[in-house]
Amino acid sequence: MSSGNEPVRGRASADREPITGQVVAGGGEPAPDPGPAEAADLPADEEIDVGRERIALVDLLDRVLAGGVVVAGEVTLSVADVDMVTVSLRALVSSVSALAGPDDGERTAGW
Amino acid sequence: MAEPAPAGVWLYAVAAGAPGLLTGLTGVGGAQVRALTSAGGPRRNPQAGEPADPECAGGPALTAFVSTVDLAEFGEEALRRNLEDLDWLAGVARAHHDVIGSLAARGPLVPMRLATVFRGEAGVAAMLEERAADLSDTLERVRSGREWGVKVYEAPAAGAAPAGGGQAAGGRPGTGGAGGPGAAYLSRRRSQLAAQQDARRAARASAESVHRELARLARATRLHPPQAPQLSGARSPMIVNGAYLVDEDRAGRFADAVRALADRFPDVRIELTGPWPPYSFAVSTAGGSA
Repeated sequence: MSSGNEPVRGRASADREPITGQVVAGGGEPAPDPGPAEAADLPADEEIDVGRERIALVDLLDRVLAGGVVVAGEVTLSVADVDMVTVSLRALVSSVSALAGPDDGERTAGW
Repeated sequence: MAEPAPAGVWLYAVAAGAPGLLTGLTGVGGAQVRALTSAGGPRRNPQAGEPADPECAGGPALTAFVSTVDLAEFGEEALRRNLEDLDWLAGVARAHHDVIGSLAARGPLVPMRLATVFRGEAGVAAMLEERAADLSDTLERVRSGREWGVKVYEAPAAGAAPAGGGQAAGGRPGTGGAGGPGAAYLSRRRSQLAAQQDARRAARASAESVHRELARLARATRLHPPQAPQLSGARSPMIVNGAYLVDEDRAGRFADAVRALADRFPDVRIELTGPWPPYSFAVSTAGGSA
């Protein structure tokens, strides 16, 4: 039943990233009518600029660090105890703010 | 001279039944992904190139998708250190996700939290057996659903009225009753702030409505903490960072709803991401943190 331009279908071919932060609308921007399927077929991955990469990474980390089943891996049990989310996000925050400056002032790479 | 570091086993995901062919699927560190089938099904270990026989799929068998990692890099000590390294973390997160994304395109699975590492296959097999019921339940819960991410921000106009002039410090408040320039400034400033607060409150209410409406189309929802502006790259504050588990055949309706809501609530900006494998909904119910 899910045929035609059903967004989900695009997923199988684009086995890389889900769409990265598609602005649906609001603020007067016209909603790009292509569903996520088309949006997923972004140019070559290498072409995605730094800003976009960052955004996608944050969304990804939300999920792989705070989602997923936690099982007691023999190595990682104690790491999970330490609350990996906090550990890693601290790294992320400090790293990003080091790059961007305190005020998110400059956006590089044509973003 | 250096002794070969002991090998660990990185776990990506668990699925039901026997695996399909995994040729060419590489994961963390570029290692070949392989499947370990256990519990209920014939325990076998199909290497790449050896076609898995679907007839062999035992009823409640579970398959773990794994690859070999070097414990010098992925052991407990090393993990602690490396998780603090953004580039390392990014590379590993993407590799982990790429494997899970590829596998999810073939069928339902339960993704594992990043950095689930065992000392050997035996450990994985033991875990599969021990957690079989729990994993099967989770698998059932996320089956045929895809995760969509919806981030709702204040629309740029909502909060940020341009800050007024810089002479605030000079103007002495409260001198004279009415009409001093200081008083005028203050009252202007006050109403400006009040307007900002109203706009912010309204945006918040809109975001909550958006979430409520979308939740009605979802089988489950989960709210992640809003991303900090430095991380999201957005200029305006994020209000809602939601994840929605949506049946595959409702994905179109969901996307339509997002668009309609964006039109209906112009004081927020909405971003849609996905579909994702059901990371946010693959949280274990048994054992561990509540």
